[in-house]
Amino acid sequence: MGNNIVLDIAYVDKSFGGLQALSNINLQIEEGKTHAIIGPNGAGKSTLLNVCIGRIAPDRGTVTFNGELITGKQPHEINQAGVVRVFQTPEIFPELTVLENVMIPAFAKRDGSFKFNAFSLLSDETDIVADAEHVLDDMGLLGQSAHVAGSMSRGDKRRLELAMGLVQHPKLLLLDEPTAGMSRADTNATIDTLKRIKERGMTKVIIEHDMHVVFSLADKITVLAQGMIIAEGAPEEIRGNPKVQEAYLGESTDE
Amino acid sequence: MKMFKLSSKDMMLMLVLSAAVLTMPIWLVPFGAGYPDLMQKFAIFGLFAVGFNILFGLTGYLSFGHAAFLGVGSYTAVWSFKLLSMNVLPAVMLGTIVAGLFAVLIGYVSLRRTGIYFSILTLAFAQMCYNLAYSVLTPITNGETGLRVLRDDPRVLDNMFGVVQEGSPVGSLFGVNMQGYPGFYFCAVMLLIGFFISLLIFRSPFGMKLIAIKSNQNRMRYTGFNTRPYLLIAFVISGMYAGLSGTLMAVTDPLAGAERMQWTASGEVVLMTILGGMGTLTGPLFGAVLIKYFENIFSAFNESSLLEIFSFLPEPLQHFVVTIVHPFVGEGWHLTLGALFMIIVIFLPGGLVEGFGRLSKKFKSKPTQKSE
Repeated sequence: MGNNIVLDIAYVDKSFGGLQALSNINLQIEEGKTHAIIGPNGAGKSTLLNVCIGRIAPDRGTVTFNGELITGKQPHEINQAGVVRVFQTPEIFPELTVLENVMIPAFAKRDGSFKFNAFSLLSDETDIVADAEHVLDDMGLLGQSAHVAGSMSRGDKRRLELAMGLVQHPKLLLLDEPTAGMSRADTNATIDTLKRIKERGMTKVIIEHDMHVVFSLADKITVLAQGMIIAEGAPEEIRGNPKVQEAYLGESTDE
Repeated sequence: MKMFKLSSKDMMLMLVLSAAVLTMPIWLVPFGAGYPDLMQKFAIFGLFAVGFNILFGLTGYLSFGHAAFLGVGSYTAVWSFKLLSMNVLPAVMLGTIVAGLFAVLIGYVSLRRTGIYFSILTLAFAQMCYNLAYSVLTPITNGETGLRVLRDDPRVLDNMFGVVQEGSPVGSLFGVNMQGYPGFYFCAVMLLIGFFISLLIFRSPFGMKLIAIKSNQNRMRYTGFNTRPYLLIAFVISGMYAGLSGTLMAVTDPLAGAERMQWTASGEVVLMTILGGMGTLTGPLFGAVLIKYFENIFSAFNESSLLEIFSFLPEPLQHFVVTIVHPFVGEGWHLTLGALFMIIVIFLPGGLVEGFGRLSKKFKSKPTQKSE
């Protein structure tokens, strides 16, 4: 695995009214690595992810994915390019079954952004079902595949959300606090899953509050505070960085 | 024939429905509804609602303008009768296609918005069509008189093949006049074809994606789907169903008027779909049949027929009951419809289909209760 840059965020600014949410963000994500972005609440982490998936247009700067400019593209185009986001608050299809929730992204991966397959039968889509069931099994949700997704527990919804991202085999997976709201056991199970994905060489960006998760997974950590990058480096460097402790780690132990 | 590999349950549904629809002239007699005019309405409005459900039921987009496509279908069919032939096949094809083209236009603009704004846009378009039919477009629609076929219309194809009809021209299928029972059977076959296509869409990946759009459209975009073409296709398909229904109205009675495009007609199909069960496969069909049946029954009553019905009561009571019931029948039957609609929406939000489901559950659980 070389030092290929998969995602290149260059000179990104974004303000909401008077609030400077992001200022002059420069960030490179290397292929096959797990890159954690941490920072106190309101540091601009989620805004940065939203810029990456086309939900928010930056005021200035560009985001390039595998050499292709993705700023200004439609969300579905960015997804089809291979950038997949796992949402913090579960964005599932509550009326559909758990299995169908995973089949939908599998269809997107296979059929592209549009296909008029109104005259083929769902019951013939054995490959899609097998794909979906495989991922559900991975996440320990296979037993619930016939349940209506909206009726699941919050922790299970988070895992379903992750399954929906994984079934697309993304080139870059953006995870927004993947373990928030999970029990300790579920958190550890999720860490294990994410470690397994890492072995397959999937590049990941993780936003996370839980330091246990960050230090278990991250190859590299970027620290954001008030919309600016204040530190970047390997986990050991970040742990020892006094600036970071002041802005983030120190603050969190005070609480 | 991969396309027809339906599950055995769906095959059964299709068979039972076909048998039920085609034997309507027999089993509807005891209900006082076994005559062709009414059964044609059942089939035509059933088809209209089944198609409307593909948009409203699957994607959740509530169109208040589908009667416009109904009108377009009717006008196109009558023009086909006037210019080409009294044969119904060109009329059916052209009516459906032209309504589909209209749906592309109206859908493309309206689908830029969601929710109530979408509904208002479709309503605005339909009212525009309705008013244009009475004013600027009078040369095409013949205004308030309505468009009708005349003996001396060109009918190019009929003249070419030397087809001559005696008396006033009526729609025909290679010599069989499409009025009365033949007209009903033609509509019934169209309904069954339309229902079959709807069934295929419901059971397809495309249908599942439409339901997912209803469930969480934003998520669909971040999942990699361009939702706009999906919605537009659903809109156009349902517009074509409406166009075909309008065509069938002209097939069974070759004239077209703008009142078919009024907003009340658009509202009626919404009521049918909700009453039967929005998003269910069979619900809209039940809803359409029920509304058309009740319309027929209740609007037929008048004061004297009511007095006759309640003649078993003592006279003062008889007049009192008639005074109470009278506003709900005849011209006022919409009051009954309104009350029925409210009861269904409040107690059975899933429509008639939910009601059937509950009933069958009760019947199934009864034996086990007895054995306990």
